[in-house]
Amino acid sequence: METIKTDVAIIGAGGAGLRAAIALAEADPKLSVALISKVYPMRSHTCAAEGGAAGVIKPDDSMDYHFNDTVGGGDWLSDQDAVEYFIQEAPKELTQLEHWGCPWSREANGSVAVRPFGGMKKQRTWFAADKSGFHILHTLFQTSLRFPSIQRFDEYYATDLIVDDGRCQGFTAIEMRSGQMKHFQAGAVIIAGGGAGRMFPFTTNGAVKTGDGMALAYRAGVPLKDMEFVQYHPTGLPNTGTLLTEACRGEGGILVNKNGRRFLQDYGMGPETPVGKPQLKTMELGPRDRVSQAFWQEQKKGNMVSTKWGDCMMLDLRHLGEKKIDERLPLVRDVSVSYLGVDPVTDPVPVRPVVHYMMGGIHTDIRAATPLPGLFAAGECACVSINGANRLGSNSLTELLVFGRRAGLSAAEYVRSGASAGNDAALAGKAAAAQARIRALFEKTGGRESLAGLRKEMMTTMEDNAGIYRTEGELLAACAKLADLRRRYADIELNDKTNVYNTDLLQALELGSMLDCAEAVTVSALERRESRGAHQRLDFVERDDKKFLRHSLAYYHPSGPPRIDYRDVVITKSQPGVRDYSGDHK
Amino acid sequence: MSERVYQLEVLRYHPETDSEPHFQRYSVSCEEEWVVLDALNRIKETIDPTLSYRWSCHMAVCGSCGMMINGEPMLACKSFLRDYQGVIRVEPLAHFPIERDLVTVIDDFMDKFKRVKPYLIPKHEKPVSEGEYLQSPAQLKKFKQYTMCINCMLCYAACPEYGLIPKFLGPAAISMAHRYNQDSRDGGRDERQEEIATTEGVWECSFVGACSEVCPEHVDPASALQQVKIKSTVDWYKEHLMPWVKK
Repeated sequence: METIKTDVAIIGAGGAGLRAAIALAEADPKLSVALISKVYPMRSHTCAAEGGAAGVIKPDDSMDYHFNDTVGGGDWLSDQDAVEYFIQEAPKELTQLEHWGCPWSREANGSVAVRPFGGMKKQRTWFAADKSGFHILHTLFQTSLRFPSIQRFDEYYATDLIVDDGRCQGFTAIEMRSGQMKHFQAGAVIIAGGGAGRMFPFTTNGAVKTGDGMALAYRAGVPLKDMEFVQYHPTGLPNTGTLLTEACRGEGGILVNKNGRRFLQDYGMGPETPVGKPQLKTMELGPRDRVSQAFWQEQKKGNMVSTKWGDCMMLDLRHLGEKKIDERLPLVRDVSVSYLGVDPVTDPVPVRPVVHYMMGGIHTDIRAATPLPGLFAAGECACVSINGANRLGSNSLTELLVFGRRAGLSAAEYVRSGASAGNDAALAGKAAAAQARIRALFEKTGGRESLAGLRKEMMTTMEDNAGIYRTEGELLAACAKLADLRRRYADIELNDKTNVYNTDLLQALELGSMLDCAEAVTVSALERRESRGAHQRLDFVERDDKKFLRHSLAYYHPSGPPRIDYRDVVITKSQPGVRDYSGDHK
Repeated sequence: MSERVYQLEVLRYHPETDSEPHFQRYSVSCEEEWVVLDALNRIKETIDPTLSYRWSCHMAVCGSCGMMINGEPMLACKSFLRDYQGVIRVEPLAHFPIERDLVTVIDDFMDKFKRVKPYLIPKHEKPVSEGEYLQSPAQLKKFKQYTMCINCMLCYAACPEYGLIPKFLGPAAISMAHRYNQDSRDGGRDERQEEIATTEGVWECSFVGACSEVCPEHVDPASALQQVKIKSTVDWYKEHLMPWVKK
């Protein structure tokens, strides 16, 4: 097996991974950086983010406002020291991107424009029309090409972290083009592998979002934090799950039920505001968890519009007019027309809540460090946590910049602090063991399970039992089913036993990642006997700060369910209170 | 929702076992509103797990799933089954070596893209603490369309020049250089010009315009190439006929 030695290796070349790589290259051009991704950087799912990135810049805004919005939006499960750091760094990072050429939309005077977003008290979401993530990703990728110290390994799939002497010292990865296993020996490793939304059948997430980065850390003993918090975005196209950005509502779009009523006013987000005059932090600019939950309640009452793709609410943008829609929401119009045959200029668009984002992830501290020395994480795969129980829209693009950079700087500090050189023989032995694990899967014959079959069962289980509202009975069933699926996974046999670009093998490994992450979600959800943010229990309807103002930590077990532990939330200045989205009407 | 059976003829090639590519016919049941990518996914899940292709976002923004569909470079996620009649022929993007099945080797594009220095080379450096560079909506509009490139490489598959002269930098790379050249914050044109105003650069383009026709994001690379040609010509005259005029 070829060994590739590098100072720092980064797994994942989306927004967070690229930002980490650039931070490393700028901090110390002498450090070698290996940037590994299972796809080319431009394909990473950061490209699909639409609405924008939050950062305080306008004179009527303040750091305190952004802090309070984020902490309240997260139902007080955010670590407030991390939020303070995030808020302070946010405008610097967004300005840095501007300096690197990001085509942010502008005001008439040439300054950067901002738009309203859900749960935000002030306009602070920087945007590039409705392709903000796309432009952030491409700006970062293109900027990364300036730095000779960054060496990319495109289309390499990382399989196992190598931990020796109590610290992470690299990993093994399959080069897709050859099918060969490579051993990356690194002074420090950063995981920036994205989320795991593909464990659900109906999701905005691209095919790549299979929780591989989370699973790598989890199997190496690093806990996954707050995994029970899965965000449903309220407005996805009902057939494909394609995201229609929250900016639709930021620009003035409204949500109505089958009777034409703006039903959010009946779920603590009223009173009704004038059509076309969106008021911040109320009605359609409520937070995603509340809006998705209102949909569910309304559906139970039979107030939703029945379509061939299931029950929908209607997103009405017509009053914005063609000019504004084309200027501010061109992608929304394009995907609605293309995939659904509905033009938002002339007709309301049927939409329904869709799995969008994992608030939980690899447990890190404010320095993006995990409890395992030498291992750092950032982006959606990580949980710092700034998002708590519910992320506010437009905080995640900023998060991957702020903590991507932080991970790069922390890894640089760690490497330069002079950890002793690794034991080559021991590391090679562990890499060989990882290779043997993959080879066993690759060569196995007589297996009775199919990859597509197990994947479908997993997705159905998650949708049926771990959705917007949950109960003990459903979660118990989901946990049992996932334990069973994990056992059956060992009985998969690949159909494709060749080396070059073997997507059968790749998808089998991805399924393994998703099953591990899914079990962490359901077991954490079962144990959290309260309702908070995106985790709603029909059998425990209240938030319980006495017992659960704590982060859950799921610890991997190779053959059984994860062990769940807890860790106190860091509170600096905001005591848990009532989330108020009544537009100051109370 | 109604399903019906579609016929797909897909190019297969596996370097470990095939001496040359061949076509494989699949009959697959699909919903009528689906795209070709959905049909490929259905084939992979239910008929042939060995079929290999790239995809991710399913919304025409990640640029992974470019392929030839009935001979035209297309994104599979934006090619609707309803727009085709009879057998749908699916092949890897033209003008790129085949890695396997519908997966192409794109090293050439990645190298060329990097060569044109597709990043901002600031006209005036300033620290982040001094805030953003001002840029009017009109200044933004001058280059915005060229930022929309998703690197899907359909334009390379459509470009007859790239097919004949592989050294040609090609539409997407030159458009991206032009994007930065047109950015009011940028001062790097001279550096990029060394790459793009060469025979392998913009002068290979014969302005067939096929690149712009197939571009799924309406980037219009042909217009970028024409503008680069004009500006390069002006440079040449300035340099040779009016050497006293600074570029």
